[in-house]
Amino acid sequence: MEDNLELLNAVILLLNYTVIPAITYGSQLALGAIFVTLIYGVLRFANFATGDMMSFGTMFAVLLTYYFQSVGVGLGFLPTALLTLPLAILAMILYMLFIDKFVFKYYRISKSAPVQLAMVSVGVMFVTQAIIRIIIGPFDRRFMDGEKFILKASEFKEMTGLSEGLTIKSTQAITLVVTIILVSTLFWFLNKTKTGTSMRAYSDNEDLALLSGIDPKKVVMITWIIAGFLATVGGVLYGLDKSYKPFVYFNNMLPIFAAAIVGGIGNPYGAFLGGYVIAFAEILVTYAYKKFFIYLLPEFLEPDSLVQLLSTDYKFAVSFSILVIVLLFRPSGIFEGKKI
Amino acid sequence: MRNYFNIIAAYSIMLFLIIMVGIFQSWSIALSILNYCLISAVMTMGANIQWGYAGLINFGIMGYTALGGLAVVLVSVAPVPEAWSAGGLNIIGSLILIISLVLIVRFFLKKYKNHKYKNYFITFSIIFGVILIRFVAFPGIEAIEAVNPAKTGFLGGLGMPVLFSWIIGAIFAAGLAFIVGKIALGLRADYLAIATLLIAEIVVSIIKHEDWLARGVKNVIGLKRPVPYEIDLQTSPWFINLVEKLHQGKLNLLSSVSDKKDVLNQLVIDASSVYVKLCMTGLFLTVVIILLILTQKALYSPWGRKMRAIRDNEEAAGAMGKNVVKEHLLIFILGSAIVGLAGAMMVTNDGLFTPGSYRPMRYTFVIWVMVIVGGTGNNFGAILGGFVVWFLWVEAGPIALYLINFFTTHLDETNALKFHLIESAPYFRFLMIGVGLLVIMRYRPKGLIPEKINVKKI
Repeated sequence: MEDNLELLNAVILLLNYTVIPAITYGSQLALGAIFVTLIYGVLRFANFATGDMMSFGTMFAVLLTYYFQSVGVGLGFLPTALLTLPLAILAMILYMLFIDKFVFKYYRISKSAPVQLAMVSVGVMFVTQAIIRIIIGPFDRRFMDGEKFILKASEFKEMTGLSEGLTIKSTQAITLVVTIILVSTLFWFLNKTKTGTSMRAYSDNEDLALLSGIDPKKVVMITWIIAGFLATVGGVLYGLDKSYKPFVYFNNMLPIFAAAIVGGIGNPYGAFLGGYVIAFAEILVTYAYKKFFIYLLPEFLEPDSLVQLLSTDYKFAVSFSILVIVLLFRPSGIFEGKKI
Repeated sequence: MRNYFNIIAAYSIMLFLIIMVGIFQSWSIALSILNYCLISAVMTMGANIQWGYAGLINFGIMGYTALGGLAVVLVSVAPVPEAWSAGGLNIIGSLILIISLVLIVRFFLKKYKNHKYKNYFITFSIIFGVILIRFVAFPGIEAIEAVNPAKTGFLGGLGMPVLFSWIIGAIFAAGLAFIVGKIALGLRADYLAIATLLIAEIVVSIIKHEDWLARGVKNVIGLKRPVPYEIDLQTSPWFINLVEKLHQGKLNLLSSVSDKKDVLNQLVIDASSVYVKLCMTGLFLTVVIILLILTQKALYSPWGRKMRAIRDNEEAAGAMGKNVVKEHLLIFILGSAIVGLAGAMMVTNDGLFTPGSYRPMRYTFVIWVMVIVGGTGNNFGAILGGFVVWFLWVEAGPIALYLINFFTTHLDETNALKFHLIESAPYFRFLMIGVGLLVIMRYRPKGLIPEKINVKKI
């Protein structure tokens, strides 16, 4: 009986400190990675403005949340940001279509090299970053309100009588639910609807798609609309979970790229799974397993050190190393398969 | 001559702008801007060699810059004997282990190319090696970091002259470029961009968090200089005499002796900082001119023609018997070495090494904007790009502030909008750089001074 309890404690410990945070973080990365992959698949360039576009959408959600809070509108135990999400998505889509019309369209029509489009996206990155900092400033902002926890550690301990507590933050649950809804809708859209199929056709073979009467303007527009959804939702979920800081979003672009490439760029399913691969790797490699082993091993084998593979300072480095390894051995990504 | 008219005009305008800063702000500021312009020009030349000559996109500029900076610390700082005796052996031991690990993996890869269990062997030896290295290195690292952590806590450097570190910085960067090139050069252009960006991030995070190497985010300050120090100048009689002579007229107007002394003192302090910066400018200018001559020679040599052929049509060049892979690797190494040199120059100029300040925004993307704005494939263009963009980057804040004040004069001092705009004036630099890049890419895709290749007509 004692042994069983120890085992349970160890499992709860891992769930609490690695699995649940990794699923949350992975979902946030996955949304960004699908965004990158969609742009790459349909518009054929690596979008270096990804992080800042996510930040831009989130900025609207933050500002609207502050406005709603001052008026007194809210969702009770849910964060107000969920209420502002549709408006933020709308603003984001308008911004993206604007950028596309005045910046990207020219290069698409003149069939520039992908590298040139990537450089243009660097310009967009600078501009977007400037707009964000001028409007909202570079500071750290928290906009999470409503109930903080679904399950508190102390409640869990009382309920089960275990010595390890399990906490589930409401942001973690919201992230998971929203991601599942958004991603399953997206995959349904890509696979079952006519527009989705035409997008996939366009991505596979542009000339053939044009021959069969697919309207490229429509495909591009739909892509940016989906991208607006993904960018804003991904950004808002991350901001709710941690906090909103423009600089951090720029940094998050790097693991997002890693996730997209690891999953096989141009492949949304791969990108979705790639997000979780990166998140789990980052958290599992940098977690200190000392307590875990203390629960599992008999007393004389208990470790003295932290039993940490890498210090948490190297969190990002882990995901980038995975990327390098994948690029070395399978440049087309772990999850190959059909493009979107 | 007409060909050079554009270039001469552009450079004169740039020089005029810097002189304007000298007149309106101060000569010290103007010279610091000029110095940074020169450093940026070197970085841009490095990136331009890769992008302009060979069409390789390297978003890892930040990593090479940081490595160059690290070289300055490792070469010029005086060694810390206590730290060496505390953990030097462990560090050397683990270095040997790392090298032998690499050799073993290489051996497996070469010798047992088609062996069934090759990958298992390699994985096993890497895991075993990493654990062994940790066991060897950890006590050493802890001992080193415990040695007077407020001031040293690292191994220190070799105590050699700082100019020597510029070469070492270039060699470090070249070494990294060799590894990165071996890993990533086969990738398609945009993959290469992402891969280099992320590898640079790994390099910087190692420099940031390995405190025994260069104190990490605790920074190393008070690095050696190849030029005299202000304090020494202010007490040396020849310098005071020189300043007195230069300002004879102004000083003669003052009647009282004490007044004269105060004014002279102030003049000497100002002049010493200008003098030091002028010396730096001289050094940097020498580097830029040497590099310019070398790169121009290379561009018009048979080798340069070969590089352009590879850039414009890889398959055709390959079919003509040119070794595309080898040339790509070579040019990747050369360009990165120049960037490393620039990184070392920058740290020398600042006199401090701050790993926390290496961010991709400032050290990769701004440099790329310089390359694109200046003119890809043209060295004069690259240097001009470095000058123009750096000038804008520094002066964007003041310009934006001036414009904001100009357009909001009718608003009240306490107006919220005006206050907010003035508060965010520094961020207008991102806007200016971004819009500038977009405009150049759209309307002048070859840059301010485009590449000119004279093809003899038959």
